[in-house]
Order: sequence, then structure tokens, then C-alpha cells
Amino acid sequence: MPKEYRTIEEISGPLMLVREVENVTFNELGEIELANGEKRRCRVLEIDGSNALVQLFESSAGINLSDSKVRFSGRQMELGVSEDMLGRVFDGLGRPIDGGPEIIPEKRLDVNGTPMNPAARSYPEEFIQTGVSAIDGLNTLVRGQKLPIFSASGLPHADLAAQIARQSRVLGAAGSFAVVFAAMGITFEESNFFVESFKSAGALDRTVVFSNLANDPAIERIATPKMAMTAAEYLAFDRDMHVLVILTDITNYADALREVSAARKEVPGRRGYPGYMYTDLASIYERAGRQKGKKGSITMIPILSMPEDDKTHPIPDLTGYITEGQIILSRELHRKGITPPVDVLPSLSRLKDKGIGEGKTRRDHSNTMNQLFSAYARGKDAKELMVILGEAALTDIDKLYAEFSDEFEKQYVSQGFTTNRSIEETLDLGWKLLRILPRSELKRISDTLLDEFYDA
Amino acid sequence: MSIGKITKVSGPLVVASGMRDANMFDVVRVSEKRLIGEIIEIHGDRASIQVYEETSGLGTGEPVESTGLPLSVELGPGLIGSIFDGIQRPLEEIRKIAGNNLTRGIEVPSLSREKVWHFTPSVKAGDRIEGGDVLGTVAETEVVLHKIMAAPGVAGTVKSINEGDYRITDTVCVIEGADGAGFPVSLLQRWPVRRGRPYRKKLSPDKPLITGQRVVDALFPIAKGGVAAIPGPFGSGKTVTQHQLAKWAEADIVVYIGCGERGNEMTDVLNEFPELIDPHTGKSLMERTVLIANTSDMPVAAREASIYTGITIAEYFRDMGYSVALMADSTSRWAEALREMSGRLEEMPGEEGYPAYLGSRLAQFYERAGYVVSLGSDRREGALSVIGAVSPPGGDISEPVSQATLRIVKVFWGLDANLAYKRHFPAINWLTSYSLYADSLGQWFNKNAAPDWTELRGRMLSLLSDEAALDEIVKLVGMDALSPPDRLKMEAARSIREDFLHQLAFHEVDTYTSLNKQYLMMKSVLSYYDSASEALERGADIEKLVNIPSREAIGRFKYVSEDKIEEEYARIQNMLSGDISEALASKEEF
Repeated sequence: MPKEYRTIEEISGPLMLVREVENVTFNELGEIELANGEKRRCRVLEIDGSNALVQLFESSAGINLSDSKVRFSGRQMELGVSEDMLGRVFDGLGRPIDGGPEIIPEKRLDVNGTPMNPAARSYPEEFIQTGVSAIDGLNTLVRGQKLPIFSASGLPHADLAAQIARQSRVLGAAGSFAVVFAAMGITFEESNFFVESFKSAGALDRTVVFSNLANDPAIERIATPKMAMTAAEYLAFDRDMHVLVILTDITNYADALREVSAARKEVPGRRGYPGYMYTDLASIYERAGRQKGKKGSITMIPILSMPEDDKTHPIPDLTGYITEGQIILSRELHRKGITPPVDVLPSLSRLKDKGIGEGKTRRDHSNTMNQLFSAYARGKDAKELMVILGEAALTDIDKLYAEFSDEFEKQYVSQGFTTNRSIEETLDLGWKLLRILPRSELKRISDTLLDEFYDA
Repeated sequence: MSIGKITKVSGPLVVASGMRDANMFDVVRVSEKRLIGEIIEIHGDRASIQVYEETSGLGTGEPVESTGLPLSVELGPGLIGSIFDGIQRPLEEIRKIAGNNLTRGIEVPSLSREKVWHFTPSVKAGDRIEGGDVLGTVAETEVVLHKIMAAPGVAGTVKSINEGDYRITDTVCVIEGADGAGFPVSLLQRWPVRRGRPYRKKLSPDKPLITGQRVVDALFPIAKGGVAAIPGPFGSGKTVTQHQLAKWAEADIVVYIGCGERGNEMTDVLNEFPELIDPHTGKSLMERTVLIANTSDMPVAAREASIYTGITIAEYFRDMGYSVALMADSTSRWAEALREMSGRLEEMPGEEGYPAYLGSRLAQFYERAGYVVSLGSDRREGALSVIGAVSPPGGDISEPVSQATLRIVKVFWGLDANLAYKRHFPAINWLTSYSLYADSLGQWFNKNAAPDWTELRGRMLSLLSDEAALDEIVKLVGMDALSPPDRLKMEAARSIREDFLHQLAFHEVDTYTSLNKQYLMMKSVLSYYDSASEALERGADIEKLVNIPSREAIGRFKYVSEDKIEEEYARIQNMLSGDISEALASKEEF
């Protein structure tokens, strides 16, 4: 029987100070029992002599200095995992909330995980066809990649993420798949949209949902992505599944992190976020990937909303430094009615070069991709000039580029949330658009490919 | 050796009491789990320790044992081709023991104790030697001859030395000091990471480190023994640029430090380097590379140590007389680790929460680079060039890490997100970047590459800066408002950007360009400008000159393989003069 302490000294926001503890360890999980028998979870943030600084995962309402008791479990926070988790819904701390029975765990895993040995990683290089041209053609996703969606309030990131989850497949590959969906501080409506979308795609019984909604305790969110990643690691590396993890919304997670940091009176980094936020986010994102000798994989699509559409805000900024690229949604394209409003120029997939080309997609992929990017960039410049000076100021060739960029947005990017294009369709569409330009402008494409595709 | 007790645990910081006898920066073993830590502050008998492994599960009262030794690296055969973590633990070996994830408290020697190396003496019994002298060699890989040097401070007469096969801890040589005591030498040395290895003297760098990257070699060259910084926002290609330099730089040894970056990037290096062939030696690139990996999910304190571990290994090879290039990606993560520890030590923060000593620590690190004359009687010359990536938040280089770095480095390759969006790679901005070595290295280029190298470089830079000025006008009044000579200038600058500076890392030919090819490329771009300008003066039509077919050939010159460049250059020149005379002839028809 673990020792009970009635020595709570201080409660302030999500933090609590417990005095005169013995044999308590850093990061240990604890439980607070209220006078009415209700139990809440917490963990040890710091031990200084006989004082333990404890962070609550739930609300502090009702905790009382004289009657509440604290017990420390001697363990770190754990999640009981088993294949029965598929098709179930859990709260942000991993307790079932769908009315079903408790999971009988096959084993219990420390939710903090352990870092993957860089020498044990296997490089992601299997092309995933998402059916979305702006991704497949230009910012290709591969198995084991972490590719976030940078969105902002009012943009349809949920539709895009659901479309990716629904349509994604690896050409010519078998193997079982699973989806792990973690909702952090989003509304019931948004969360339900995802669940319905998984249901309509017939994938709900392959999905594990961790749900911390907007009205759930904000502090619980700190544990939610760790729960999700623990479940994903189990399914991928113990059960050989290809797991797609969707984490939404990382911004709410980071805000919860800031709340704890502020309560601890730590020296803040930019915009009040803690200086260790990079490390903390990395400890979540880096759990995606592939491992040598394992069949499964974890592909991750975190979604974050950029406050004030600002990409240099610490949350998107630090995320971009850790993840392998980013898909950026643009309010301007959204206003123009482009769906999905993917702004392809600042979007990027760092792993695309290993996942495309002969034997993976098609040999013309890399060349056309670079050409489409540079032609679209030049077209946008031309259009900007046109706005100031009128069409007459453009040279003939720049007029073609301007036309190209319009058609590119209309035909290539704007495909709607239900169209599922094969990679061949995407590449052929690219060629169709490039034919707007004269052959001599296509400097990024080799002669042999031009002979074969441009003149075809 | 003192044994204390833990009194406080806060993330990677542990405070222990009963440590009065311990020294600053001693390595300690923390708790029964024997985690590795380092003392970074002492108050009375309380020592603050940064722990290089995850501290979950540590509690008060657990033992802390000082080893009495500073944090050191093992130096000897077996370094090349290995991947180590931030405190030089071999990650491949750890994987064999612990599986795919890193568990704690694993004790594995950095260098294999089992592997046998063939040692060939270079001195014989009776020779007088001093510290730094080469006693013998081990062929570590096909391209690296590992020189076994007498440790600094050792002096005396060789008593015995034998050729043969040895493990690294075996004695290969005995040196008799002045007092008659025998001093055994093995293939293995240790050196504390926070102390630079000594050398005889520093020289100012006057030879370029050829990288095969056109924008670097031609416009902003770095010297052997020089220091450079690559700051840029995410997605601007810092890592690809670092990888390109690690792959193609003309160095004997490359030390690549992945400091707080992505795990897959290290995997990429591990997969790709063994396959790539070094154009200088014809052997695999991995045969000259040492990797240090502290990825972003690995313990933060070891990130702080990783750059010191890397540079100490680099200095060791420099001392053998090699040209060593060290890439650190990214120094911002190192600074953040420093900030995190500083915060937990409750130090008074400087700018943006970084400790006040950030600038001096960075300067100390970069100053370990240089072109030096090593210890030892043969006065070998070695170079250590350092290239540090900086990841400024939001790409804004007004932040403390970038600013502190810029005060020290001589070469600045500023990456530009807008260029990256246009897929202009390497996205090094030609207007903001600079190299303070350009003048001193210019003489070398003129002597060894081409006599008019610096002249061509100067012309390219001035065309590019004219373009930026003209671009302002075009934005206001349109291209038509430009005079034909200015229009031509814009076209020439575009050609410099697209046909010369733009370089594809993933293209098998374009990824590396020899100096000779760079020269011919510069010549062909500028010869177009010269002959078109002349034709323009003689009344040729600007539209015709802009659209002549030979420009396409100039654009594709970069994809021509090295063995055919002379031929292709001649062909382009031919075509160009044909096109120009045609443009002139058509004018006369009117």
C-alpha cells in the first residue's frame, strides 16, 4: 500500500506543492483523493529535498489542504495497450469514454516513450498516394513522415486531413493499417466530423480516438498526444501496422504547456512559451517514423492553427523546424474558392525526393515538380506586377506565366474534397498545364522527358 | 572520489549534496541507474549536475558518485565511419545491446576494444621524440591513415616500438622520459572535450575549402581553417546545404554533428554517404566521415555536450595534419539547451532568456577552428574549418544566437525563404551574404583556377546588384520602361541566377561542379552578356538578343558531365557567335 500524504501545502493553478514526501521520484505519477472519494491524477515535476512539486492533469476544483490525500504510484504515467483499442474512444488520459468495457491490457507502456536510436531508423521512402494533387505532385508524403498542416481559424484543415485519411494508400502494398486520432481542445463538432468521416470510409473499427475536447481540462491535453503516440508505437512496432496519426490542434497543446510553465514562474521564451517547447514538441513528433527490422510505420499529420495567420509564431515555427515539411493553407486562396486552399509555394515535403521517380511514381515527377513550382512562382510575380501596372506592362511571355498560374490554381490545386486523383492523373495534369508555356521556357526538365511528354 | 546524495531533481538538472571534494566539470554517475552527468555549478557541498540521460524515476537520497575526471572523448582508430551520440557513445553498438530505442545507463566503450588494427611504426627505438610527434600509423580506412601521435607534453626517447596487430588498449610503444621512467603508449588517447587541443601556432588561412557548390566557391568562398554560418528559416534548405558541403567539400575528414535536429536526417546521412563516391579519392564518402547525433528527441543536456565532442574529434584529426571540416546543424539547438540549463539553474537571463554568457561560449567554440602548425617536430600543418547552421525563430536574424554568431564568423551564407519558395536552391541570397575571405582567397583562385577568376566574380556580383536596383524600377513602371541596355542587364543577371547559381543537389552531375567547370560556366554566361551588349550597340534588336537559341544551351551547361565540358563550351561559344551575327544580320533586313 503506497504511503498517503495529507501534506498538500499549496495549490496554484495546475500546480500543487506536497511537503515531507519520501522516496518520490521525478516524473512519477500520483493520485489525489478528495474528501468525497473522487480521484484525480497528477505527476511530479520537481523534487527539492522533501518537497514535491506536482502538476495536476485535471481540475483543481474541490481539492482541499486538510482533507485531500496524495498517493504516489511508484510508476510513471502508463497506458495499457492491446489490439482491442482499435475502434474505441478514450479521454485525453486514456480512459474509455464510449461506454464500452475497460481494455484488458496486453502490456503497460510508459507514455513518455524512449527516444529512437538514430542508427535504428529506417529512411521513409514509400510513396503514399493521398489523391490530392497539391500533395502528391508537389509535396509528396511518404510512409513514416511527419507532415503538419499549418492552418488558421476559419480554414478547412479538417476537411483536408479527413480527405487524406480517407484516400491514402500505398500503391501495390498490402499490410494492415490503423488510424490514431487525438483531439486536443477542439470542439465536439470538429471531433465529430472526423469520427463521422472515418465511419463513412468504413475505417472506424481501425481507429483509436483520444478525445480531449474544448470543455475538458486544458491540463489533460499535456498527456493526450503522448497517449496517442504510445498507442501508435504499439500498433506500428509491436503489431506491424501502418499507422496514420492525426493530432489536432497542436496550438491548444502548446498553450497548455505555457500554462504550466507560467504557473512554475519559469523564464519564458518567445511569446511566453517555455524555452523547452522545441524539445517538448520534438519528443512527440520524433516518435513518428520507421525502424529497421519492423514492418509497421507511423506517419503523422499534426494540425496546428497559426495565430493571426503568422507562420513565424513560435508554434508553427518550432514545428516547422522539427517536422519534415509542412502543408500551408492560405486564406487568400480560400477566399478565391480554391479547395483545398493549399499554398504550394511555402509548402514543402522534405522527404519527397526519396519517394518519387522511376519505380515509385513516374520518372518525370521530379523534373515537372520543380518546373511547376518555378513557373507558378514566376506567374504569381507577373500577376502582382499586373495588379500595379495593368496587363499591358507584361511581356508576352509573362502573360503566359500569369495565365499558367491562374489555371494551375483552378485545375491543379482546386480539386475539391471528394476528388481522388491517381498519381498518373496528377502528373498528366501537370504536363497539360505546362504546355501553356513554350518548350524553351521549361529549363528544369531534361530534353528526353520533354521529347517524350511535352510533344506527346 | 566523493559520493553524494541527490537532494533535488528538476528535469535534466540534479542537485546533490556531499560533493565538496568534486571538481567543476567532473563527470558523475547519478543514482543506481548510473546515468552520466557533469557538474556545472558548486555551492558549498551542493553540486548542480546536468544529466545526459532522461531523469524520470530519480528521487532524493539516491547516490551520486564523482569519477574525478572531466568529460572526455576517446581518440584512436575506429572513429571514422561511426555514429556516436552527444557524449560519444556508439549508437550502433547500443542498438545491438538495447534494441531500437535508447534505454538508460548503458555502458559501452566509445571505441571497440576488440577490433585489431595493424600498427606500422614511423620511429625506431632510440629516437628522441616530443609531444605531437607521429610514432606510427594505422590504415583506418582506405583513405584515412590514422597517425598515432605522442600525447602533448610527452618527451623522451623511444625505448621500444613494434610493428604488429594490436587492440587499441595494447601498448605499442614505450617512451623513456628524462627521469628514466617508462611511459607506455597505446593506440587510444583521451582528451577533455571542453579544452581545445594544443598546437604550435595558428596561421591565417589562405587556401580555399573547395566545395563544388557554385554559389559558395565562386561568390562566397570559405577558407581552409575558416568559419562560416548558415542562418535561415525552416524549409530554406540549411540541412541540404550542410549535407552538400559534407559530401563534396575538399576535406580529408568530415565531422558532422546533428545537434537537436531530425532523426531521419541522420539516417539519410547513414544511408547515403556509404553509397556516394568522393570525387577526390574515388572512395566512399563514409570512409572519411564521423557522425555525432543528438536528435531532437534525445536528452537535452547531451545536446550541449555534442558540439564539444565533435570539435574535439575534429581537432584530433587536424593535429595529424589533415584538413578537417566540421558541420554543426544546428547551433541554435545547442544554444537552447544552454538556455534550458541556465533557466533551471535560476541564473539571471540575458536577451530572450538566453544566458549572458551565450556570446562568449559561441566565440570559444568557433575559435577552436583555424589553420595551425601542429605540435611535433615535423611541423605538420592542419586545418579545421567550422560551418555552423543557425535556426533563427521565424527566420529573423536579429535574435541573439544569430547576432552572437555573426560577430564571430567570417563567412555568412544567408538563406532566403523567398528563394526557397521559388525553388531556387541553394537558397543563398547573393545580396546579403558575404565572405571576408574573398580578397585573400582571390589570389589563390587567380593563380590556381583561372587568371581572370576574381574579375569574373566581381562582374557577376555587380550585375546581380544592378538587377536588384533595376527590379525596383520594373516593379513601379514595368519592364517596357527599361532602356535596351538595362533590359539586357536584367537578362544577364537572370542567366547568372538560373544558369549558374541555381544548383540541384539531387542531380547526379549538377550536385558537384569542379572549379574548371565553374569557370567555363561563368565565362559562357558573361560572354553572352558581352557579345549581346556589343550587338546592341551596333543596332541589333533587344527582343532578338533576349531570345537567341544558344541561351538554352547555356542554361543546360550545368548538366554536362565533367569530361565533356571543354567540348561543350566550345560548341556554346560557336553557337553564340552564330546567333549574334544572325541577330545583327536580321537588323539589316529592315
